[in-house]
Amino acid sequence: MISLAGRDILHSWQKFVLTGMGLGLLIGVTLTMAGVYRGMVDDAKALLSNSGADVWVVQKDTQGPYAEPSTIKDDVVRSLLGMPGVMRAANVTYFTMQISHRGYDTRAMVVGMESGQPGEPSHLIAGRYLTRSHYEAIADVKTGFAIGDRIGIRRHEYTVVGLTQRMVSSGGDPMVFIAIKDAQDAQFLKDNDAILNDRVRTANNPAINRPAVPGVLEAVQATQTSSHNVNAVLVQVEGTSKSEQVAQSIRRWKHLEAFTRKGMEEILVVKLIATSAKQIGMFLVILAIVSAAIVAFIIYTMTLGKIREIAVLKLIGTRNGTIAWMILQQAMGLGFIGFIVGKIAATFWAPVFPKFVLLEPGDAVTGFIVTLLICALASTLAIRVALAVDPGEAIS
Amino acid sequence: MTNTPQTPRAGGIMIEGLRKVYGQGDMAFEALKNVNMTVAGGEVVGLVGPSGSGKSTLLKCLGAIIEPTAGKMTLGGDVIYDHGWKIPDLRTLRRDRIGFIFQAPYLIPFLDVTDNVALLPMLAGVGNLKSRERALELLKALDVAHRAKAEPSQLSGGEQQRVSIARALANRPPVILADEPTAPLDSERALGVMHILNQMAKQSQTAIIVVTHDEKIIPTFKRIYQIRDGETIEVKGEGRSVD
Repeated sequence: MISLAGRDILHSWQKFVLTGMGLGLLIGVTLTMAGVYRGMVDDAKALLSNSGADVWVVQKDTQGPYAEPSTIKDDVVRSLLGMPGVMRAANVTYFTMQISHRGYDTRAMVVGMESGQPGEPSHLIAGRYLTRSHYEAIADVKTGFAIGDRIGIRRHEYTVVGLTQRMVSSGGDPMVFIAIKDAQDAQFLKDNDAILNDRVRTANNPAINRPAVPGVLEAVQATQTSSHNVNAVLVQVEGTSKSEQVAQSIRRWKHLEAFTRKGMEEILVVKLIATSAKQIGMFLVILAIVSAAIVAFIIYTMTLGKIREIAVLKLIGTRNGTIAWMILQQAMGLGFIGFIVGKIAATFWAPVFPKFVLLEPGDAVTGFIVTLLICALASTLAIRVALAVDPGEAIS
Repeated sequence: MTNTPQTPRAGGIMIEGLRKVYGQGDMAFEALKNVNMTVAGGEVVGLVGPSGSGKSTLLKCLGAIIEPTAGKMTLGGDVIYDHGWKIPDLRTLRRDRIGFIFQAPYLIPFLDVTDNVALLPMLAGVGNLKSRERALELLKALDVAHRAKAEPSQLSGGEQQRVSIARALANRPPVILADEPTAPLDSERALGVMHILNQMAKQSQTAIIVVTHDEKIIPTFKRIYQIRDGETIEVKGEGRSVD
């Protein structure tokens, strides 16, 4: 038996291809939206993997350091190192800021870390790790910095000595790594005016500035200009299976919050990007409805243009099923062309997106099946019209 | 003139007391009142009548597209309708027992000439190869075999009509219904079509009814049924030769 749908598609292939391309761009956008979500999840997982931590220790009753602000003292790390099961531990700070670079502003997450400890980037693609105590930085390539570039962070300038890749925050901002001491200064220290203001206030406080007790005022003022806060301590345990045990122990004895990799992944993937995921989900639903409406409209219009031929086919004894199958195949054909175009388009434009877009093969397979289902659903309207055609129209 | 049905020869048409009423109650309209008609196998009969006389309704009843309200109809020796009873599968009946030729050829635009003709045997379950062989035979007989691979849009009006005749004959039906088959053609081509129809009727013993207003071809019929106000009257035609 002849494939009526195949012949019709071949006969007017230009129309099908052009229509399929239009639909394909829409499918491309849909696949990209799914890719944006996957990219966000992957960024979050990369953030956790690249930190090299098994347990994140943060301020009590917070879900920091990525989802909520968290401040703990930087000497907590020493007490943690003394706990059973803890192999390594290091202070880290995180803060997001706008960094000016060659006349452009780049949004980046500045990470304060200790060299050779958890929190340091796991790999470099150029340059070297930090070797000096101050004013050196490692930047993710997405920041646009090159080796030797100077970065202004708050009061100081830092020289880029290394470049890393896929080191981004949960929001997709590329990271800049600097020494923990520099980061503490940048994050927690006040500006000069504020320091001066505090000094005057302290000096005017008779309870602190006592003429009979020299040295108190200076000691208090010294504490006001030094920072011993960090956002979190990253802990590596001896054997990852003991993570939960160590985390429980930290919660119980140190009065701090401790998250294992699983718990932190839940915060980042389930809670932090939940709203974005819903937003993308809404887009996907709307795009699916729009795609279905477009396919339905196209197939319906194409069917209306063939009413006479359908009447003739029915008159000469073609089964209703054969006619319905023809329309269904055309809708599927359109969906197939659209999907191929969409997949190619998404593959080409995904790397251009500012944030990571992850096009997973599994999503493509699901997208393909959903496209065909939508096309099948959308063809029902045209099939209803075709089946209602009176064969008598051919001779009236 | 006669109004009495006769038993058809093999492959013919016989209609007795056919009625068709549209609507019900006060809205009822009797399109066919008492139609009696006999067409023998191998015979080409004309059906003429003014607009609104019931020609299209009769053609639709004959083509198993609509059901008559009353009466009996036999196609190719098989009873199709008999006072309320009807053959169960009208679609298969149309496919296997009735050939249709329309005023416009209505060829399927996305199939080439061969497949337009071969489609019918394929729909009836004949294999692709055999269907195409049969189609080529018919196209050869109708002198359009040289356009076998062409698309319908590439054919002239006359060629298209010959292809539509080939399509109507593809399943070797005992009955062919032709609705104004020569309307868009000039005299020469119109008489050419009538020649083909007469030839095919004789060769395959097919009963052919030609609905027409075309003055050019009316003299070619030996018998003509006139339909007026839903009733048929048989008149003798001139039977002018088209050979």
